[in-house]
Amino acid sequence: MPSSHDWINKPLGVVEAMFAQSNSNPEWEAKVLEYFKGQLKEKESHSWVPSLNDVPLHYLKPNSLVKFRCLVQDMFDPEFYMGVYETVDPSTKANVLRCGKYKDVTECGVDLNSRNTVTAERQTFYCVPIPGESPWAKESYGCSSQARVVPSTSYVPSRQKRSYEEDDDMDTQPQKQREPHTEPHGNGDSKRQETEAPSSQTTAPSDCSSHLDLNFPLPGERGPACLVKVYEGLDSFKLNDTLEIYGILSVNPVLTVLGEEKDPSLLLLNPTESMETPEEQRAHDPPASLVPRLHMLYARPLQHNNPLLPSAPTEDQSAFVSSFLVEMASVRAELLAYLTHVLLGDGLAAEYLLLHLISNVYTRRDVLPLGKFTLNLSGCPLNSYTERLYQIVQQLVPCSYRLSMSLHTMNSMRLVPKKDYVANRLVSGALQLARNTSLFLDETQLEQGQLDSSGVRNITALGNLISWQKVDYDFSYHQMEFPCNINVLVTSEGRSLLPSDCQVPLQPQVTPPNMEEYLTTIHMAQFTSQINKFRVYLSLARTLDYSISDEVTKAVEDDFVDMRKDDPQSVTAEDLHRMLVVARLLSLSLGQTTLSRDGWMRAKHIDMLRRSRTEQQKSLNGNEP
Amino acid sequence: QVIDCFLCYRTASVTCAPSLGPKVLPSEVDMSSPLMYGTPSSRVEGTPRSGVGGTPARQRPDLGSIRKAPQVDLHSEPPSADGAVASEQALGQKLVIWGTDVNVGTCKEKFQRFLQRFIDPASNEDENAGLDLNEPLYMQKLEEISVVGEPVLNVNCSHVQSFDADLYRQLISYPQEVIPTFDMAVNELFFERFPDSILEHQIQVRPYNALKTRNMRSLNPEDIDQMITISGMVIRTSQLIPEMQEAFFQCQVCAFFTRVEVDRGRIAEPAVCRNCNTIHSLALIHNRSAFSDKQMIKVQESPDDMPAGQTPHTTIVYAHNDLVDKVQPGDRINITGIYRAVPMRENPRQSNVKSVYKTHIDVIHFRKTDEKRLHGLDEDSDQKLFTEERVQILKELASKPDVYDRLSSALAPSIYEHEDIKKGILLQLFGGTRKDFSQTGRGNFRAEVNILLCGDPGTSKSQLLQYVFNLVPRGQYTSGKGSSAVGLTAYVMKDPETKQLVLQTGALVLSDNGICCIDEFDKMSDSTRSVLHEVMEQQTLSIAKAGIICQLNARTSVLAAANPVESQWNPKKTTIENIQLPHTLLSRFDLIFLMLDPQDEAYDRRLAHHLVALYYQSEEQIEEEFLDMAVLKDYIAYARTYINPRLNEEASQALIEAYVDMRKIGSGRGMVSAYPRQLESLIRLAEAHAKVRFSDKVETIDVEEAKRLHREALKQSATDPRTGFVDISILTTGMSATARKRKEEVARALKKMIQSKGKTPAMKYQQLFDDLRGQSEAAITKDMFEEALRALADEDYLTVTGKTVRLL
Repeated sequence: MPSSHDWINKPLGVVEAMFAQSNSNPEWEAKVLEYFKGQLKEKESHSWVPSLNDVPLHYLKPNSLVKFRCLVQDMFDPEFYMGVYETVDPSTKANVLRCGKYKDVTECGVDLNSRNTVTAERQTFYCVPIPGESPWAKESYGCSSQARVVPSTSYVPSRQKRSYEEDDDMDTQPQKQREPHTEPHGNGDSKRQETEAPSSQTTAPSDCSSHLDLNFPLPGERGPACLVKVYEGLDSFKLNDTLEIYGILSVNPVLTVLGEEKDPSLLLLNPTESMETPEEQRAHDPPASLVPRLHMLYARPLQHNNPLLPSAPTEDQSAFVSSFLVEMASVRAELLAYLTHVLLGDGLAAEYLLLHLISNVYTRRDVLPLGKFTLNLSGCPLNSYTERLYQIVQQLVPCSYRLSMSLHTMNSMRLVPKKDYVANRLVSGALQLARNTSLFLDETQLEQGQLDSSGVRNITALGNLISWQKVDYDFSYHQMEFPCNINVLVTSEGRSLLPSDCQVPLQPQVTPPNMEEYLTTIHMAQFTSQINKFRVYLSLARTLDYSISDEVTKAVEDDFVDMRKDDPQSVTAEDLHRMLVVARLLSLSLGQTTLSRDGWMRAKHIDMLRRSRTEQQKSLNGNEP
Repeated sequence: QVIDCFLCYRTASVTCAPSLGPKVLPSEVDMSSPLMYGTPSSRVEGTPRSGVGGTPARQRPDLGSIRKAPQVDLHSEPPSADGAVASEQALGQKLVIWGTDVNVGTCKEKFQRFLQRFIDPASNEDENAGLDLNEPLYMQKLEEISVVGEPVLNVNCSHVQSFDADLYRQLISYPQEVIPTFDMAVNELFFERFPDSILEHQIQVRPYNALKTRNMRSLNPEDIDQMITISGMVIRTSQLIPEMQEAFFQCQVCAFFTRVEVDRGRIAEPAVCRNCNTIHSLALIHNRSAFSDKQMIKVQESPDDMPAGQTPHTTIVYAHNDLVDKVQPGDRINITGIYRAVPMRENPRQSNVKSVYKTHIDVIHFRKTDEKRLHGLDEDSDQKLFTEERVQILKELASKPDVYDRLSSALAPSIYEHEDIKKGILLQLFGGTRKDFSQTGRGNFRAEVNILLCGDPGTSKSQLLQYVFNLVPRGQYTSGKGSSAVGLTAYVMKDPETKQLVLQTGALVLSDNGICCIDEFDKMSDSTRSVLHEVMEQQTLSIAKAGIICQLNARTSVLAAANPVESQWNPKKTTIENIQLPHTLLSRFDLIFLMLDPQDEAYDRRLAHHLVALYYQSEEQIEEEFLDMAVLKDYIAYARTYINPRLNEEASQALIEAYVDMRKIGSGRGMVSAYPRQLESLIRLAEAHAKVRFSDKVETIDVEEAKRLHREALKQSATDPRTGFVDISILTTGMSATARKRKEEVARALKKMIQSKGKTPAMKYQQLFDDLRGQSEAAITKDMFEEALRALADEDYLTVTGKTVRLL
């Protein structure tokens, strides 16, 4: 990397230089932000910045500029810090004004009584990598990065740079060994137990407790969590936002030591230290080697998490969109064919699955979320078919999670995030997901049995998620509603016990003798370029605008009245709701941004087909659900 | 030298601060400190002043804490100037406490004047109950102190502000200096007036309601060391922390003792005994050291004033002395206190420190905002404050002739039509006027309107409930399926740490003064439903659990939704038969609406238009069309707090007429068509409608609308499907009058038949049934036959034993 990239390697130098020039004119802060924003605007410059997601922490230089693609998992209380302070040089007795912004620790010899101290406010966000990010997305992000990182000297030279994927398993190992050195006191032991726990628990389907330490929403997640210090625009961030954060990495070991040094006598006399419980200390000041600090300089909200699409809504993107729109119909046909194969030759189910995959809550009318399209795929063959189906969905979307709804998971797993007042943090749950994550609920795993109270709560939470697209976080004294935007797909044998917008009974046309083999062959038959096209297609269709002309509105109204005339029981307001969503998704899937008459008729048609199929199913089973 | 002095002052204020820094030190600077001025009595062993007598002062750790250095402006206030203060008060204004513009003398004088003169004729605080509002308020309170002997004077800051704005500003900006001055002033005044009274310790002034009652979120570095009032909810309290104020050291060699004060949380252990000069011979004697109580309390932002999509903030609060254990987790409180920021301790072993401050609030005054739930008293103390402009907007809206229709159409715009139901819910949101009849033995008269929605599944009942739940500040949403009686009412929990029993309140209590939305009302178990009986009429909830017996107020409106038993509404059956709810419960609903599919073409067309529009209109268009939800919220809140309409003469006449009319309809057909409960409903609805108009009087138009709405609801829910007439007895007794009449007829026919058979003391059951069936023209079911038998048994005409019927 050219040496001119000081703003990446030594961003604090840039900040300090600007501070020195400013003569305590507060405008310098804005200038700093301007500068970094300007640097990042330059073509490709953001790809030079190493990413915490791909590069193991120990390869990154402390106090350098890094980026982090993450989800805001928790927001801690605001803190006051010394924005500007004065130090006294012990030898010369000279006072020097220093800047405390973007730093965790001060220089030595702070004059606490100086009148020049400026107290400023910042907030800490606890950020985790985007939950359920598909391996292909991770890989593709990693490849696009041009940042070269040199292992820091403290590491054995034999360790070569590896991709993040490979490193995963080894990654926790060295840290575990190092810990006893950095933390001589009791605190380390308990932490060690936690990191070691998974080895004994790997057989259990839900080992969410094992990574409790880092508070990831989904069990089995890996990757760094990060404490992000936010200085500007605090109100613009919301919980569960997905962001790409550019900031200064701080891994000062002092941070850990400060937390560890707990002289019991000091504790007794010093009330300010004792007000934090050990749990709180651990949650808010974890060792920097495990949870690095990141001082935010710039944050970009992620509209989508697809590395194959241009990220920012710039001219690039609109050009990209218009070029892709031409292909849209053909890609759709290919994808539909692919999905039809996957769904054992059932074209109608494939059509619905496709619509489901591009659905998106685009607005809310008071309490009603519009655009959600929860699909219930019933009649799924047993024996790992659903698992394979999930793997295929995972290959197509950037974020996904499969929740196997077995009795045990439903009773034991925490779906809804809960505030832990002792540690003063929001303990995450599996429903704390980024927008447009595909949640695959596998009801075929559910057997008969007793749901306990937490199981009932979990089922209720899933029901609320599907009907209102919201999750009520548990704040123990009250609940707080957080709107979400999650695509829920339920696979079940019969009709699902959860509500859904639309139920499609699967009618397999082929019965392959070996399901595994069949699906693997289909999957292998697709080229990567083809799959990439599908991925772009699904993400893009979701972002298109949509409108209905007055003329078509009229036609739809007439149609509805006619349908009701024949048999008022057959079509209800709910059916109209669904058909309007189907029509919307159908149009968008073809790249059309307005509803045409044809589009409406097609929507009506496939809905009719689907309904006749459910009727048939009902009469087949002979009993009403 | 100057810094020395500052430290003295600081040390002193930590340890013994009824006044500022009276610790006598041989330092010249300290002697000349303005803080020496007017100390009423310095410490427990201090010199008593004239009027204050021997009453010991009490430490105020709530005020005394380390003052942050940068606030002391050393240069503009040369120490030489301070020297004059002690001797010469005449210099007045110029001589102030460091870093402030507070002149002790003036400040004290002003406060005494305030105490002696302040009158608040418009006071409506419950704390002032029983005081003469035309006399100086605080002098009466002092008198109260002399009688009761509780040496705490709570001072409402808004009173101070209205009396002397400058004094108020000083109080807010320099509470640490001003409050001790207030203490001094009040004690002088008190002992002057009541020289003989004996108090446990000197009176402490506790200001509250610093006008800027703030949201926790808006606290910023500028508020440090200022007095603030914030509201929030207690989430955790620590155990009691004994905080050492003064350490007691004794020499192991010569038993000489010495006291050392705690300075910034540290004790400087004396290395050498001053008496015998032995090195390291002094040992700390714990039980002769002085401690004060302290408790850490964590307070969380109340959910009402948080921006959506963010997590609530928490703040650490320290309570001292008698404020310890005053609050429990779950309490909603207003805290008045001093906001502090303490730099992270500098560690000698480390060269650099974390650049973060720890912040907390030292409490001066707690005020529970939900305290009144346990007492019968009213009104919401957490009233929302409205700005002038907002009130103007609301009043403008209220003056529009069609405000009622506007508001009802603004309610849940995404739900189509059902105008009357929306109007009903709107009136429910406003509620009637609360009246107290406890003197006449009736207790509270329910002001809340209860509404039940029944109808086919999929008619957006749940959506309507969700909307209402989101609209009102104290709304609760539960589903009949998921909630147990315990979840609705309250349960007792044992705190694992303290082993203390804590009452946890359920949905009904939580929605006190709000609306409790219950979905799937029909799926609720009987035992759960039974608790609703008390809540829906008496508006209280009695609890007897784990040794805790109490009656909580649950003045909640219930908005319930029920599905028909046979998945589809059967128009041939009555409401009761359709939803299978006990009539005792149904009669407690003021309005019962059916949400049915009207199945008519014009309706379909409008519905389709509405739905399609939902899917293509942009956000802006919607806002143009409908009232903002926030405006609606404010409108309701304003009307609920400030408007209390009363019936005027014409309206009462109209109500009486309406009631008599309702009774008449029935009496013509030999049945009761209205009960006093219906009259009460009418009154409530009329009052609510007057509230919608922001009118203080209930007028005839209100009664008209109440009548219309009530009639509409009845027409829907209480129509006897057999006759087509509205029959209130369906709802009140669970049986229509025609059904009852038929029952009587059958009984009479049966009796006649038995009589005609002559004197047969016993008959076969089956045979009697067959005979009756043969005789009667109408079909008689077994149920009807049994009912008739039972009726005759009640008359003591016969008894049924097994399969035989005996005459008596």
